[in-house]
Amino acid sequence: MNQTDLTVRVVKPLLFVLALVPLALLVWDAFHDGLGANPVETIQRATGDWSLRFLLLTLAVTPLRRWTGWRAAIRVRRMLGLYAFFYACLHFATYVGLDQFFSLRDILDDIVKRPYITVGFTAFVLLIPLALTSTHAMVRRLGGKRWQRLHRLVYFAAGGGVLHFLWLVKADLREPLIYLAVLAILMALRLPLGRGRRKSHSPAAPRSDSNISTEAVRSGP
Amino acid sequence: MLIKRPGRIKPSEITPRQTYIGRRQFMREAAAGAIAATSPLLLSAPAAAGTKLEGVVKGPFGTDETLTPLEDITSYNNFYEFGTGKSDPAKYAGDFKTEPWTIKVLGECGQPGTYDLADFIKPHALEDRVYRLRCVEAWSMVVPWVGIPLAPVLERFQPTSKAKYVAFRTLFDPRQMPGQRRPILDWPYVEGLRIDEAMHPLAIFAVGLYGEVLPNQNGAPLRLVVPWKYGFKSIKSIVAITFTETEPPTTWNQATPGEYGFYSNVNPEVDHPRWSQRKERRIGDLLKRPTLMFNGYAEEVASLYAGMDLRKLY
Repeated sequence: MNQTDLTVRVVKPLLFVLALVPLALLVWDAFHDGLGANPVETIQRATGDWSLRFLLLTLAVTPLRRWTGWRAAIRVRRMLGLYAFFYACLHFATYVGLDQFFSLRDILDDIVKRPYITVGFTAFVLLIPLALTSTHAMVRRLGGKRWQRLHRLVYFAAGGGVLHFLWLVKADLREPLIYLAVLAILMALRLPLGRGRRKSHSPAAPRSDSNISTEAVRSGP
Repeated sequence: MLIKRPGRIKPSEITPRQTYIGRRQFMREAAAGAIAATSPLLLSAPAAAGTKLEGVVKGPFGTDETLTPLEDITSYNNFYEFGTGKSDPAKYAGDFKTEPWTIKVLGECGQPGTYDLADFIKPHALEDRVYRLRCVEAWSMVVPWVGIPLAPVLERFQPTSKAKYVAFRTLFDPRQMPGQRRPILDWPYVEGLRIDEAMHPLAIFAVGLYGEVLPNQNGAPLRLVVPWKYGFKSIKSIVAITFTETEPPTTWNQATPGEYGFYSNVNPEVDHPRWSQRKERRIGDLLKRPTLMFNGYAEEVASLYAGMDLRKLY
């Protein structure tokens, strides 16, 4: 089995199932009195954590390909990104439904007045167009270059997600700072230095605007 | 800001409530004291968490609200000395040594000294006090504390006329309190009250919960409970009490002065800069409920703050 087959046939299905484990655990706990004294907070916390984790995993794909030679990793990136969006949706739905109980006034108040909610909500909104344009058909319709430009929004979504976490903590910043450090490393690995090295080491096919394809998109953000 | 007080002045309020509550309380205390004096078993020795406390009398200020289950009160705690996660205190406070325990009394008072916990509590009758607890994080509980009112305890030490404030300090012992090994807050945790707040009959030292010795994660062996203020004012595991002339520093105020004031009275009108304080989630409830001024104790304590701008002195 070559690298692509292994990725598509083994790694991807495995990741698909593993990515559902956090949700399955929440559901299990919900039915077994395992969510603690403040279940809404527990759900909110878990879905937020996993949204951010999947976002960072998504952003790890490009550096992973660049530095390890696991080129086929690109085949799981969209799925990881969609899982980040999936958990973000659950996180947002928990906030709207369970935390604020659909009180539009309170929600709008929060979004306008509370910086950590403003930035968290913005990060969530930024993910929506990315999820909507994640299909092959949408990539073709937009064209690789435009698609790529649009999908650079993911950097802002990830930054917003980390800031959202950082700003909601009362005193102990250690955990959000870990996320910030991981994001910083993933961004640093994208610096032009890395790109230059890659060019000199691998015989990358010349790319031009006329050469837009799904493959070009795959080496995007 | 104006303090909203319910309705018109009723004739019964011509006698200040505090006065007649005080009278009733005096009678109750006298009765309780008599029981205590005749009961040799009472408070013979400090005991482990979960041990039944003997001779507890019913105290004032009850509420008929549903009590938060013991399981929730003892598993969902903010006690950063044992970690910042809500379940950390329950996980890491199990081996915490609350015996022997001494309390230093310092500052502007006639009877400073070091008191053994048993001696500190002995002269007073233990009372059941069912109070609402409102955390600054917008959740709340109804907690059946066992404790003793602050005022008679503090009066025993004969505060001088210079004693305008009372400061409290938590134990500093990073060996036992893993949270103190990192500078999350400026350890040891310190808190304070204005002397009239401290002397208010609602303020108690708690030594028990649900009729039993206070579990470590809830601030054993001795903690403050001031139910009209956000939970963090109710300092846990107290080792020192100091009467001061000037406002003492308080830990959360030092950490983030713009978010936590010295007073920190529960106030739905004054938001935490990062979240609303208008509503709270009662542990066990799905829907949030409106937060009440002074956590529902406005009738008892609002007069303490007459003329103060509670927006500025949050």
